[in-house]
Parts: sequence; C-alpha cells; structure tokens
Amino acid sequence: MSSDQTPKDYRESLIHLEYQYTAGSATTTFLNQVKEGRLVGQACPKCKAVYVPPRGSCPRDGIATTIEVPLTDKGCIESFTVVHIPIPGNPIVPPYVCAMVRLDKANISFLHLIQGVEIEDIRIGMRVQAVWKPKEEWTHSLENIKWFAPIDEPDIDVSTLRFKEA
Amino acid sequence: MKKVAIVGYAQHKILPNAGALNEVELLMPVVHKVFADLGISQDDIGFTCSGSCDYLQGAAFAFVEGLSAIQTHPPIKESHVEMDAAWALYESILKVKMGDAETALVYGFGKSSPGNLDSIISLQMDPYYISPLWPDRVSLAALQARVLLEQKIITAEEMMAAVVESRKHAASNPNALITDLLSEDLYNSNNYKSSPLRALDCPPISDGASAMIIASEDKAFEYTDHPIWIEGIDHRIESSNLGSRDLATSPTIESSAKLLQLENINFDVAELHTQFSHELPFLQKLLNLGDVPINLSGGPLVGNVMMCAGLDAIGKTYESLVKNQLKHGLAHATSGPCLQHNMLVHLERQS
Repeated sequence: MSSDQTPKDYRESLIHLEYQYTAGSATTTFLNQVKEGRLVGQACPKCKAVYVPPRGSCPRDGIATTIEVPLTDKGCIESFTVVHIPIPGNPIVPPYVCAMVRLDKANISFLHLIQGVEIEDIRIGMRVQAVWKPKEEWTHSLENIKWFAPIDEPDIDVSTLRFKEA
Repeated sequence: MKKVAIVGYAQHKILPNAGALNEVELLMPVVHKVFADLGISQDDIGFTCSGSCDYLQGAAFAFVEGLSAIQTHPPIKESHVEMDAAWALYESILKVKMGDAETALVYGFGKSSPGNLDSIISLQMDPYYISPLWPDRVSLAALQARVLLEQKIITAEEMMAAVVESRKHAASNPNALITDLLSEDLYNSNNYKSSPLRALDCPPISDGASAMIIASEDKAFEYTDHPIWIEGIDHRIESSNLGSRDLATSPTIESSAKLLQLENINFDVAELHTQFSHELPFLQKLLNLGDVPINLSGGPLVGNVMMCAGLDAIGKTYESLVKNQLKHGLAHATSGPCLQHNMLVHLERQS
C-alpha cells in the first residue's frame, strides 16, 4: 500500500489564537522614532549598557532603562549565518545572510539582513550601514531598514565589544 | 527541616487592560517594592521562582522575558512554573526547607486582556478528548455550579451573597479592579453567561503582577519580629477526565485539609481562590469555615490576575495577619477546570 492510501487514524487540528500584541512603552517609543528614520536606544542608569531595541528594562540590573541614547545606523556584524532553507511565507529567496548587527555605542545586537555583497565576502567584524526604504514607506517597524550593506571602513575586533562595567 | 516564613508581599494594582505596559513593565515596580519594603536587593535572595503562562502572552518562553524585570548579575539561581505563582511559592518553600536557599523571591505575572481567555484556558485541559472541543472556562465552571445547586450543597442566594460581599470588601483593597457596590436587584437583572452563572458570577478580565519574599527561620527575624510562618502547605490534583470526577465534592481539598489537620485550628481569616461565585460557599462548607471572614480583599471576583490570583490569596492572607495582628490564616489556590487542582496553605503569625 502506498503512503497516500494508508488510512488515517488521526486528524490535524490546528490551534488558532489571536492576540493584541503590546510592544511595551519603551519599545513603543523606539518604534515611534524608527518611523521617523531614527534609531534611539535606552541605557541602564546603573551599568550604562545601551539596549537597542529597548525592552524597557536592563536584564542585568532589573531596573528601568530611563536614558535615551540616539544611535547612528552604522555598526558591525557581530555574527551571521547563511540561510539555505526557504521559510514558508518569507519572500526572500535563499541563499541569503542573517546577521546580528551591533550598532556603534550599543551593547546588544539585533537580527537583520545583509545585502549588497557577495556571501563569501561577509565576515564577522565587517562594518555595515543601514539601507533604508524610501521615506514614504516608513512605518513602526525595523523593516524600514531594507538591509545592512558593507561600508568602506576597517573591520572591528568583536572581542573588544564585550560588555565592560562602567 | 527548617521552618519557612513569608516576610514580604507586593501586588500591582489590578488593571482591566494594562494597554501599552508589557509584562516586564508591570512586574518591575512590584519586585522593586517588595525589596524596598525590606530594605534588601536581589543580592540577598538565594532562589528566584516565577509563575507565568506562554499562552496568555502569545509568546514562547514568557518567563525568560519576565526575568528582564529581575537583576540577574551576578548570576542567580532561578526556576519557573507554567502555573499560578502559588506553585512557584511551593517550589521555593521546598528549596528553603531543604537548605538550598535561605531566602526566595517568588513572582507571578499575567495579562488576560491581549487574547481570548476562554480559548486560552481550554488549552490547559486534556489535549485528546477535551481541548479539541474548546470548552470555555465559564461553561465548565457552570457545570459544577449546576451540580452543586441541584444537590442543594449551595443555594443561588449564597452565590449572590458571594458577589455582593466581594464588592463590599473590595472597598478596602486599593488594588482591586472592581470596587462598585452591587445591589441585589442589579445582580438579579444581570444576564446569564452560562446558566446558572451570570456575568457577575464570573471574575473580571485582569492584568497584573505580584511578588513575595520568603525566608528560613534562621533569616526571617532579620526582616521582622513577627514572621508569618508557613505552618502547612499541601497541594493535590484530580483527574483531567471531567467525567470521572464527582463535582459535588473535592477529594483533593478534603485530603489536604486532613493532612494539614485544619479541623483543629480556629482560623481568623481565609482567602480562597474562588474565581466563580458558587465556589465560595462550596469551599466554605467543605472547609468548615463557618463564621471565618473569607476574602476580605474581595477575592478573585474583584480582580483575577491569571498566574497570580493563587499567590495573591496567600499574599492577602499574609497581609491580613500582619495588619490586624491575627494568629491563623488559611489560603487556597486552584488551577484547572472545576477546582481540579487545589493548594491549601496554613499561615500562623509569630506572637
């Protein structure tokens, strides 16, 4: 008996739940700035670590990150991976590169795409800058940045990026 | 084994919809308050344990996100239960009793406003036979209410009294979500949500967070001259198969009460995790509480933060003993449909 003739003794029953997602007040502030093309992190008043995107608290000290820190859209690749497997519903055609991008002056990195460079030339420590969508398409999302692309600056030794207490 | 005391408790004001505030932003001020009350910090805590639910938040590993509200450097010893934080307290008590920690921070948080609580709660049941039917929590509670009424274990008047009284008590609870007084006429004109339960017999959708600190007998006196000892704690669970349960009684509560020898204790106050009005007279009789003041905080009918309300029952009992210098308090926490899983806690104030 071929597999499609095998009688099924089960059925799939998908769970569907809807939520009104709340970004939180800190991330809401961040996304309002992103809509205007600005990247603003938040710093912990105690350890001074800068978080972008901010979640409202310093997970190290457990206190609110009350200090706003304007950042540039330049940084470096802290880590990356080449994606070969297509993700259902994702319009990007593999292979492509996802990287943890560490913005200058920030103490955490976030995930974004790297384009405008041959995959084999991408390396940890490479300097990159945001490539923004046209201003009229800006919304409350980091997708306002199409991807990060390399810039002509010397690489950074990422081991120097490790958090040091102020 | 060491005795364990509750030495601190703080609760966020219960909100119908915390709006833009996320779970971490709700939790952080509560943790800060419970520390500030004792003049201590996370550095003084030996074990940290939380209660939360991914399905409430609609995100995996909600408790990891929750940890952002806690100081985690230097690294902490931490655990989590996907349950009401009353069970996080239970785990923490074991840690302290076994000598693995001298102090513990327990917290719970939950927002019911972002999702559909009826659907979410039906996912906690047996995934083969019951969850696929998507029974909502109110209808399930109504099954038990119907059984209790038909067997004349409780009366409709007692259900109404539970609702009306909860509103009166809420007046003295600054964190209560509902504080409006309710007339009997208004109650009687309220529509049924799932007969015999009216909308007013059900708890409000609530957002919030709470935190508690416990300490071993070696440590407790550093924080207070009158520790509130956890004299007894026991929890038991019944079958997930609703059809095999007798909803007219609670073998779990009966056996826990027997084990904790509650019949010999004259309780001054009790806080019961009774989310639906019929559960209050039911447990009152089952536990022989007679004239014992119950749910002076208003209880879950005036604010019912999922994953917190059980811990809150224990916390409110603690607060009553501290504030009114009472001797014995009884707290109850529950989870699952129709009081499936129950915890009883006997608290005693050191005189």
